[in-house]
Amino acid sequence: MTLARHRGGGVILLTFVVALLLTIVPLPEWARYARPDWVGLVLIYWCLALPDRVGVITGWFAGLLVDLVTGTILGQHALSLTIVAYLTQRLHQRIRLFPILQQAFTVMILLILHQLLALWISRIIGRPGAPWYFWAPSLLGMLLWPVVFVMLRNMRHRFRVR
Amino acid sequence: MFVALSTVLMVMDHKYDNLASLRAGLSLIVYPLQQIIELPGTVSDWFGESLSTRRRLQEENDSLRTQQLMQKVQMQKLASLESENIRLRELLDSSFEVGEKVLIAELMSVNLDPYKHQIVVNKGELHDIYPGQPLLDAKGVMGQIVHAGPYTSTAVLITDTSHAIPVQVNRTGLRTIALGSGTINRLDLPYIPNNADIRPGDLLITSGLGGRFPPGYPVATVQGVRHDPGQSFSQVVATPMAELNRSREVLLVWPGISTTLEPAVPADAANTPSIDVVTPDETTGSGAEPPVDASAAAEPETP
Repeated sequence: MTLARHRGGGVILLTFVVALLLTIVPLPEWARYARPDWVGLVLIYWCLALPDRVGVITGWFAGLLVDLVTGTILGQHALSLTIVAYLTQRLHQRIRLFPILQQAFTVMILLILHQLLALWISRIIGRPGAPWYFWAPSLLGMLLWPVVFVMLRNMRHRFRVR
Repeated sequence: MFVALSTVLMVMDHKYDNLASLRAGLSLIVYPLQQIIELPGTVSDWFGESLSTRRRLQEENDSLRTQQLMQKVQMQKLASLESENIRLRELLDSSFEVGEKVLIAELMSVNLDPYKHQIVVNKGELHDIYPGQPLLDAKGVMGQIVHAGPYTSTAVLITDTSHAIPVQVNRTGLRTIALGSGTINRLDLPYIPNNADIRPGDLLITSGLGGRFPPGYPVATVQGVRHDPGQSFSQVVATPMAELNRSREVLLVWPGISTTLEPAVPADAANTPSIDVVTPDETTGSGAEPPVDASAAAEPETP
């Protein structure tokens, strides 16, 4: 665990910054509810690829930033992304071996869990329930997973992030 | 451990407001991100302004000039009405605030949680913005500030499900509360008795009760009234006056601090008929108060 082994922390940071940007970039009204959870996808990828570097702590801080940029109650995304990061880290050896479609399905389960926690929290603080399209981001996340996976993997190899 | 930490954070954020400074500090980190998102819009605005043709600018100039002339005429009437109003109030020994200190802010083009009606404005604590401050646009009340960061602040719109605004019907003075419905063009008025005098088309203005919104600003127009004999309250929905999803410039108001408008026209203009003054802010705010008392007296009679 020396510093020499770890490379390309900037690249990881950059992917998170881009994901945060994509989280608040204005979308047309019809697409607003179907915004994929970019930060969640990026976090899952890094937890799979570098479980010894990116994990619960990164997830917590990323979630806190998501809370800030989206104006939700502080700690909501932090909590759910922490749990997502923990599960991914625990299961990374299994998920890595899955074929890409099965991986995408697992990612969807993780994202649904993430959204379910968000829904619970918002119900606890007294906000109304969600319509059916509340779950669209998870589905989109599954469809986007192969793209995100290939893109981030190429990036990781290119910049030799370890 | 992080689960516990985030739970503590959430409880603290929800129940108490001692996280305001933390949120303000952290929003500094987020500010560059918001600026990056803003950049394309700013650049295209700048290009649009610097590359527009001379003729278009002239046309715009002309239309603005006529508009200003019209508004000046209306302002003259307003000034005379105001002076009359102040005189009458002095006779009644009650004080009345003429105008409030306002600041123009711009919305930042960032999207927040789609299930909450929140917006980000590009003014913050450095411009004396405080949480709870009313936010208006050119047509009516938009909402109020919830979090004020150093450079930006977040506001919640009146249509958010967690928002309620005390209003009164401009025609009758009936006071009630308008709740956000979660739909951007609808407010619910669930506390109107079945026998109350309210009709579609009625203007709802802020009543000033609760002390957060200054009285007399237009909020919404009544869209539909449905009397259900089985229910003790009728179901009333209203449409917000403010262009909640279209406005780009918004006004922030300091209710306590007044900027006195000097009456531009001497007293001889004061007896001009006052029917068609377009700005309802001050005139209705003062004119509607006596009926408030009347309705307050009438309310206990309702079953």
